[in-house]
Amino acid sequence: MKHLLSTDGLDPAQATALLDTADTLKRTLLGREVRKLPTLRGRTVVTMFYENSTRTRVSFEVAGKWMSADVINVSAGGSSVGKGESLRDTALTLSAAGADLVIVRHPASGAAHRLAGWLEGTGTGVVNAGDGMHEHPTQALLDAATLRERLGTIAGRRIAIVGDVLHSRVARSNVHLLTALGAEVVLVAPPTLLPTGVESWPVAVSHDLDPELPALDAVMMLRVQAERMHGGFFPSAREYSIAYGLNERRFNQLPEHAVVLHPGPMLRGMEIAAAVADSPRAAITEQVRNGVHVRMAVLYHLLAGEEEAA
Amino acid sequence: MAPRVRDATDPAERELLSAGDVARTIARMAHQIIEKTSLGGEAHRPVVLLGIPSRGAPLARRLAELIAEFSDVTVPVGALDVTLYRDDLRRRPNRPLESTTLPEGGIDDCLVVLVDDVLFSGRTIRAALDALRDAGRPAAVQLAVLVDRGHRELPIRADYVGKNVPTSRTEEVAVCLTEVDGRDGVYLRREDHQ
Repeated sequence: MKHLLSTDGLDPAQATALLDTADTLKRTLLGREVRKLPTLRGRTVVTMFYENSTRTRVSFEVAGKWMSADVINVSAGGSSVGKGESLRDTALTLSAAGADLVIVRHPASGAAHRLAGWLEGTGTGVVNAGDGMHEHPTQALLDAATLRERLGTIAGRRIAIVGDVLHSRVARSNVHLLTALGAEVVLVAPPTLLPTGVESWPVAVSHDLDPELPALDAVMMLRVQAERMHGGFFPSAREYSIAYGLNERRFNQLPEHAVVLHPGPMLRGMEIAAAVADSPRAAITEQVRNGVHVRMAVLYHLLAGEEEAA
Repeated sequence: MAPRVRDATDPAERELLSAGDVARTIARMAHQIIEKTSLGGEAHRPVVLLGIPSRGAPLARRLAELIAEFSDVTVPVGALDVTLYRDDLRRRPNRPLESTTLPEGGIDDCLVVLVDDVLFSGRTIRAALDALRDAGRPAAVQLAVLVDRGHRELPIRADYVGKNVPTSRTEEVAVCLTEVDGRDGVYLRREDHQ
């Protein structure tokens, strides 16, 4: 494994190995005074973020630092990107400057794949930290880690992904990963927020949230991505919230053991009620915590192994 | 992840220790640990056994059971995975991690006895010493190995050795333990016959 670009086509055994590594790392570091492992000493990791992010960037940076890699953050604002440098040239520059791994977030779908192609033969790996409306594989892995921790298993579980599926890379990555791990996934959204071709995905689709609730083991609420919406996808925020928001009434219809997930950032009162987000059955902060261990596992699998002849 | 189970006897291998020899050797090591650490005596320091996975971990548990039987002192046992501290990570294919479990009370100010199946280059033990430093501050560290096969690459020696075996670098020493491999025994095999 040299790049992590998508969960589409990720071998279930490989995914399970990543989750197991994340688990072991979490247990290893639990309660430790010094949360630092020497494993990736001398490795250089560059994060390259062309879109805003708090948790993903911080999480990758913490993960890298806890493994003793040197982590350098490049953002589009403060770099030569502002002078008009292309993505390809920026990537080749970072690679030439010694990056062993580039972690990229970009508003264009497929950016990480292009980058991996351009860096072929340089020995620099690529991790997709979110590309447009395409994929966000480490988010799906941390969601899977959280579900596995809370529910014990993923195979056979019924998981609803609710809201703006159309614009969500989190939803796409989760559909691939969770179905590969044996879960049943149901997408719940208004017809305008479902992508074309959704019929061919290995999922059930529903436009009505209420009847789905009693049979769910987990529900993942998605943020309505106003920044990617340039048209009328629903009449009003209030109407969306009434039809698809996870309010307290809906929350009470979930089974006792059901877990509530949200990839963040969440809009309280829009897709999720504040009381639900703060309930002990919501695993939202746990997701962030697991995100660090999952990303450590990804760095370990990509950087610690045998060096391939470049 | 489960370690690779060592399979049934290969014609190219030679038995170094039978199942009975393994049991006697471990019992002797248990006695030596009791004696050298003055376990059960007046002012002995608390002793903790830490096995290095995969086969050091069951070995440490067996030693602890025998020590309890011989001396009526219960010594805490744990496991210390050193994979994340190895210096050959870049030279080998990716290894799955094994679990680290430290005893309830931690290892601070204890006499830690590291337990492994085979002592060879000494690099695993170097990694274990680094891992220990992050896990706490033991008062002292000792090393117990079932087989010392020589060829050290670092200034490291064992305090308790079950059996010294002169080997050539092309040979492999395979320790089998019931907990992992379904039987006890130590074998010497030539690597090119594998």
